[in-house]
Amino acid sequence: MKTIQEIDKIRESKRQELDLRKNTKADTREKHILVCQGTGCTSSKSPKILENFKNLVKEKHLDNVRVIKTGCFGLCAKGPIVIIRPEDTFYAMVTPEDCEEIIEKHIIQGEIVERLLCKDIDGKKVQKLDDLTFYKKQKRIALKNCGVINPEEIDEYIAFDGYKALEKVLTQMSQDEVISEIQESGLRGRGGAGFPTGKKWALTKAVEGKQKYVVCNADEGDPGAFMDRSILEGDPHSVLEAMTIAGYTIGADKGYIYVRAEYPIAVHRLQIAIDQAREYGLLGKNIFGTDFSFDIEIRLGAGAFVCGEETALLESIEGKRGQPRLKPPYPANAGLWGKPTLINNVETYANITKIILNGAKWYSSIGTEGSKGTKVFALGGNVNNVGLVEVPMGTTLREIVFDIGGGIPNGREFKAAQTGGPSGGCIPAKHLDTPIDYESLKEIGSMMGSGGLIIMDDTKCMVSLAKFYLQFTVSESCGKCTPCRIGTKRMLEILEKMCDGKGEKEDIENLENLALSIQKSSVCGLGQSAPNPVLSTLKYFRDEFEEHCIDKVCRAKECKALAKIQIDEEKCKSCGLCQKNCPVGAIEGEAREKRKINQDKCIKCGTCIKACPFHAIG
Amino acid sequence: MSSHEVDDKSPSIVRDFSKCVLCRRCVATCKKVQQIGAIDNGGRGFESCITTTYGKSLNDVNCTFCGQCIESCPVGALHEKENIAEVNEKLKDPNTYVIVQTAPAVRVALGEEFGMKIGTNVAGQMVSALKRLGFNKVFDTNTGADFTIMEEATEFVKRLKENDNLPMTTSCCPAWIKYTEMEYPENMPHLSSCKSPHQMFGAILKSYYAEKNNIPKDSIYVVSVMPCVAKKYERSREEMNVDGISDVDAVITTRELARMIKQANIEFTELEDEEFDNPMGEATGAAAIFGTTGGVMEAALRTAYELITGKELKEIDFKEVRGEKGIKKAVVQIGDKKVRVAVAHGLGNARKVSEEIKQGKADYDFLEVMACPGGCVMGGGQPIKSSKIRREVDVRQKRAKAIYSIDEKSAIRKSHENPVLKQIYKEYIGAPGGHKAHELLHTEYSKKAKYNI
Repeated sequence: MKTIQEIDKIRESKRQELDLRKNTKADTREKHILVCQGTGCTSSKSPKILENFKNLVKEKHLDNVRVIKTGCFGLCAKGPIVIIRPEDTFYAMVTPEDCEEIIEKHIIQGEIVERLLCKDIDGKKVQKLDDLTFYKKQKRIALKNCGVINPEEIDEYIAFDGYKALEKVLTQMSQDEVISEIQESGLRGRGGAGFPTGKKWALTKAVEGKQKYVVCNADEGDPGAFMDRSILEGDPHSVLEAMTIAGYTIGADKGYIYVRAEYPIAVHRLQIAIDQAREYGLLGKNIFGTDFSFDIEIRLGAGAFVCGEETALLESIEGKRGQPRLKPPYPANAGLWGKPTLINNVETYANITKIILNGAKWYSSIGTEGSKGTKVFALGGNVNNVGLVEVPMGTTLREIVFDIGGGIPNGREFKAAQTGGPSGGCIPAKHLDTPIDYESLKEIGSMMGSGGLIIMDDTKCMVSLAKFYLQFTVSESCGKCTPCRIGTKRMLEILEKMCDGKGEKEDIENLENLALSIQKSSVCGLGQSAPNPVLSTLKYFRDEFEEHCIDKVCRAKECKALAKIQIDEEKCKSCGLCQKNCPVGAIEGEAREKRKINQDKCIKCGTCIKACPFHAIG
Repeated sequence: MSSHEVDDKSPSIVRDFSKCVLCRRCVATCKKVQQIGAIDNGGRGFESCITTTYGKSLNDVNCTFCGQCIESCPVGALHEKENIAEVNEKLKDPNTYVIVQTAPAVRVALGEEFGMKIGTNVAGQMVSALKRLGFNKVFDTNTGADFTIMEEATEFVKRLKENDNLPMTTSCCPAWIKYTEMEYPENMPHLSSCKSPHQMFGAILKSYYAEKNNIPKDSIYVVSVMPCVAKKYERSREEMNVDGISDVDAVITTRELARMIKQANIEFTELEDEEFDNPMGEATGAAAIFGTTGGVMEAALRTAYELITGKELKEIDFKEVRGEKGIKKAVVQIGDKKVRVAVAHGLGNARKVSEEIKQGKADYDFLEVMACPGGCVMGGGQPIKSSKIRREVDVRQKRAKAIYSIDEKSAIRKSHENPVLKQIYKEYIGAPGGHKAHELLHTEYSKKAKYNI
């Protein structure tokens, strides 16, 4: 158990030591080699890189060099990433074999290893992290400590103002003051729906009840989203601290983090963080010597998407089958085991400590009128810089895709951006300049969602994209309510029919009607938002649906059944086997002539492709 | 289990998944009302289904066969295992002497299947219809219920005197018996050793009645019409026979009887009333109230009082044990003794009292338990009422009211005063609780595995 003074002492002593992490001009002989140990880099052998560096430092007796594991730096496309401080050198796509060279050349001889530097959009190699366009337009609040501190060292977190917000709240602020601070900051739920966080806290506080709970929703389930995972891997204490503050504010003494078991690194680091916080008395009884006690437990999810829905999540924590409850009552009134419960998303919590320390005014100065602060996006798909980005609300999609994201690879055209995963929608090129916030995305038929942002180029068929998301919701529907259980399946069947080239004109209308009914009649958010990918693609890419159903063409050539079967004249040896085998007489041409396929008659059965001994048909 | 398999392995309940609409009312009934959880939601999304542990048949899991799931199913995906064909087969056979007996709760619900008002007593028309269906004799299970009271009250008086495994609990309800054997085998010594009324009656028909009327025992075929699907299971229990001759040969539910009547094109509502065949059709008001929660207790108290005190009981209505409250408790002054009684109905309440008995905290000497909420009038074999009707009309109260009115109108309202009973005990059985009585009318219990996996 540590007192405020002891925590302060840790902060002071460590701060000097860690100054070089933030101050590039730090006047010191010390060097820190930061190696990303996020899930992405870990899968590209970054633990081996860390080990190699440690061994080399030991072998060569480099007493002034420390090798540190960190969370995600964000530019996952260029991983594994190694950063050397204080000079802020950014090495990309490092392999375990490169470690020796970095130590020899950079650390010992003071020369930059040019070949490992990262290329910026203009093709020039950039030495410093801050000079990369990827980082220039970003503003890191939730991700402030990610890639800076060692997530497994509570002292490092404390050194960067960790647990200072908790101290401030417990010693100087009343519960209502905390709520009004959060309310004034304009922070809204980062899980997707964007409910005002301060209001949620106020509602939960207002409910009478001896026992209340604080829950952290870390069941990040959208395909392609990894914001929450990165925060938990890179800065777990920020979530613990914020949950403790929330506990104090609403009058709870117990918190649960519901995290999916597919995030082993996040779970591991969270547990370390909880253990360390308990050891320091930052979790447990009488925190900082006050009357306030709070503890946190981890609950593992088995990966059902529906468990990200708050009431299904509560059911799952209770040990029941993960399926949504009817609302109302809302969790604020009757949540976990029927007690008043506050549920927030990981990223929402990650903003809390910064708001407490820097003030609501500072936070609300960032962003747009209705959406304050920043938003973390997991940028993926057909974009050069796949990774994690945090931008102020109001940044345009164009800035994210072309400046931060570095544009579309292989010189292809931008076609659409998908936000909000299976609950969201597609944004076409004409809306590239829309400033992104909760309202504007809703207006153009998509939603913020938890922050998955998938970019698609012109090789992507929008009908099969809708099909992909429907496949996801069909397999993730819990089966409780009929519209979602049966309706999504029927929608998928229509989409499959379209992609198989069997779609009819009426199917488009049927699909739309079905989608609108499901949206209105499903029990929970999963079903209500499941039709969004279909509705938004129908809105912006209706012509593609019509082409599939009426003209039987897939312009992106993704739907195999709609591809035209043609005979390559150069390869054709005029044997006539294709003609003999065609069941519908669609192949024309006289003996010893090159054959042609009459597309009007062709049923695309593929018999000719198999029959051709010269592989001339495809 | 695939979504279109039919599970008809159990003797009581059939589950036909091809009809299931996944409304989950059966799950709510089984889990929340009865607190058994034999069925639950399995699978996800389009693949979701109602399933059991490891997808086993209901026969192999912790199902008590109470049949309340059937009552809650709006689409007939759950129904009784039908035994109409076997019964019809026997009715056609000139060498078989087919006797039918009808439970007390059947007569107050059967009319609903023919559009009559809920709670109409159609005993006379029912008898008339059964005769037209070709049964050789139509008897009343109520007579069997009078035997049960004689035996059970005698057993209770003895056990109360000897303080032997109190509280003693009733044993008329086969779902409650199976429940105790599976969930609380340690409570088995508390169960009364009496068979249920229709089993007792079957045993008497195949012994006393057969001998007296010179009918070969093995040519008698006893059909019980019951408000219950668990009775189908009870009938098949290996204990339920005397010297290898089973007490009852077939059990059909109220619904199945209605179906037989319709299949035979009998215009039920136009039938004239007829009387049960005698002498085995004679029954008391005490037996009639077996069909509703608290009825067995009340009937037993009427007899126990006079057995203990030897005086005539003047005030014979025990209203404390009537009504819809889940667990009813009362103290009855019998002579110089205060007898503490309790009545529980619905297996959810049965769990509470079972737990009390297990922990030695039961503050009563005699306990009645019926597995169905409301008792037999609301049994799993009774006409199915839609949730809308159930919400608007108190079906239990109406059916129970009809039963109490039968009791009130009865000339004899205490089981031990039934002249038929007196005669049979005198001529054939001897004393209640005696050797012959045990041979014919009592049974035993054994621990049952919850899961047969």
